[in-house]
Amino acid sequence: MSASLLGEYFPILVFIGIAAGIAIAMVAGALLLARQKPDAEKLSTYECGFEPFEDTRHRFDVRFYLVAILFIIFDLEVAFLFPWAITLGDIGWLGFGSMMAFLGVLTVGFIYEWRKGALDWE
Amino acid sequence: MIAGLAFYVFAAILIACATMVVTSRNPVHSVLYLILAFFNAAGLFLLAGAEFLAMILVIVYVGAVAVLFLFVVMMLDIDFTKLREGFQRYAPFGAIIGGILFLELVMVLGSWRFSGDAAELRLSPAPAGITNTEALGRILYTDYVFLFQIAGLILLVAMMGAIVLTLRERTGTKRQSIPDQLAREGKVEVLNIPGGQGIRSLGILRRLPKAEPAPKKVAHHGHDDDHHGGGHH
Amino acid sequence: MQALQDFLATPVGHLVLTVAQTLALLVPVLICVAYMTWAERRIMAAMQLRKGPNVVGPFGMLQPFADALKMLMKETIVPTGASRYLFLAAPMLTFLLAMIAWSVIPVNDGWAIADINVGILYLFAVSSLGVYGVIIAGWASNSKYAFLGALRSAAQMVSYEVSMGFVIVTVLLCAGSLNLTEIVRAQTTVWYVIPLFPMAIIFFISTLAETNRAPFDLPEGESELVAGFFVEYSSMSFALFFLGEYANILLMCSLTTILFLGGWLPPMAIEPFTWVPGPLWFMLKAGLLFFCFVWVRATFPRYRYDQLMRLGWKVFLPFSLVWLIITAFTLKLMGWLPA
Repeated sequence: MSASLLGEYFPILVFIGIAAGIAIAMVAGALLLARQKPDAEKLSTYECGFEPFEDTRHRFDVRFYLVAILFIIFDLEVAFLFPWAITLGDIGWLGFGSMMAFLGVLTVGFIYEWRKGALDWE
Repeated sequence: MIAGLAFYVFAAILIACATMVVTSRNPVHSVLYLILAFFNAAGLFLLAGAEFLAMILVIVYVGAVAVLFLFVVMMLDIDFTKLREGFQRYAPFGAIIGGILFLELVMVLGSWRFSGDAAELRLSPAPAGITNTEALGRILYTDYVFLFQIAGLILLVAMMGAIVLTLRERTGTKRQSIPDQLAREGKVEVLNIPGGQGIRSLGILRRLPKAEPAPKKVAHHGHDDDHHGGGHH
Repeated sequence: MQALQDFLATPVGHLVLTVAQTLALLVPVLICVAYMTWAERRIMAAMQLRKGPNVVGPFGMLQPFADALKMLMKETIVPTGASRYLFLAAPMLTFLLAMIAWSVIPVNDGWAIADINVGILYLFAVSSLGVYGVIIAGWASNSKYAFLGALRSAAQMVSYEVSMGFVIVTVLLCAGSLNLTEIVRAQTTVWYVIPLFPMAIIFFISTLAETNRAPFDLPEGESELVAGFFVEYSSMSFALFFLGEYANILLMCSLTTILFLGGWLPPMAIEPFTWVPGPLWFMLKAGLLFFCFVWVRATFPRYRYDQLMRLGWKVFLPFSLVWLIITAFTLKLMGWLPA
């Protein structure tokens, strides 16, 4: 079981190797072939005519975190759906009902967040 | 043989990455090492024949959880001098908690026993003829229905917790209410303009550059002028 | 002949064979990607009554290669204040992810190089990793535009991934397997675009958002963010982003083809259609979808960010969930589920 299964994943390893090889060759090729002549102005970050005021990395709207958290939850929900989808024929109405209850609980959460305005952007 | 070798390679990289997560200076690098550690764990799952779990590990942990970590870590103002100050202040406290956790782990490990049929279960072959996704699906939703429902409830709590903790109502912002916008009357007017005719001949006037403001009748198109920030001009 | 077969049975022979297969897939993919950029410019030009690239080679067909050579001769600029290694690694990562996803795509029956049981999950995983190239690029550049673009892009990509997940699950309900070849084979009687038409539309629009294409190209928004997350990139690093992005578009078109348009299957298994080989059908369908990508880009104005999030979370998510439940219930009730 294990040997044949791993055999199926072997080409993915080869893909990773070849794609990484192409990517590195391209970047290295540009580094070697093209004339590198950096100067301070050229290397400064792009701004519309100003000197950059400050470092870029600073705090931002908490809403982006909220989107990421909600995404995790829905992603898990989808992860639970995958095995269910391909075995629904074998698990009878109990399996169907239990998934409906699961989705029902999460729909309650979804309605809650909708009502709270967590999905609104201003 | 190759599988055995691969196990040690994955395991070694996994442990090395885990070490780098806690020792590296830059938190962003820590998270990137964490991601690499997840990948190696997925590799180990694959070696064990659990391909569904391997993929779910990548989808959920790397594709979702680590994105959140990266968000948090990248966007925080990280001031290293402050961090170090904090480290000195909280070091004894942290050491106490760490010590307690370590003791607990020792106690757990000390009372660890293998169950009688563990070896047998380990050696029993995976069900033949079906993929392990199907094998999982056949028992998860029926035999383990209560655990499954509890998982749903935990997700609900997580969702509500996230909203309670992070959602701040802002005042003074204008929102677009699409139903209202579509339902309002007289604001949107569709005109059929024959070819070759200027819109002026239909009585639609545009504001001229220097003349007096033209009569108020300006054709509105789908988007809003009374809400802020019309997206496309 | 016998010697060749013996050689292929050895581990080294197996490796050589796999490498050959990989190259036989990746090289055409890269050439396709190069011509996609050309085709996009020509189609857009035709739609806007312009000429488009028409100087280099017949009909401008050599333009992609001229572009590539030009990129190669440009200086690689790493801005001051950027994290050097991460900055260079981000485009490579984008390119790598766009390439490795191809290992499971079946262009014809039995042509999938890695015919794994969980093919669709693998693709879902790889596409969910795409966000890293963007975030790392935005963060490593240490530029405000890049950073904002990366932030927008990350939130956008994750928002649309949820509804994509629901759509994929709906298809799996009908197909009963996670293997991509099996999913296509299950469509022998009818392509899923017919019974699941609304889901196909949602999936197509989600792929637009997932690949940061117009009208969802806010991460790049050249009029506001100048180019978004890759504003600081030049030379081959820029080219890698470009290649990765178009390879992703081609990948998403192929995935839509596999899930909804019956992959390599002809529209009907009757005479004139069956003369055309499977891979050609596959390319035709994917090409048609790519044309739709370009068409959409030439037609629609860019979305506003709140509209984009609203569409993803408040329209697509509930709609696809409800449709998923309806599909499951119908299949269960009628006993149409694949055993």
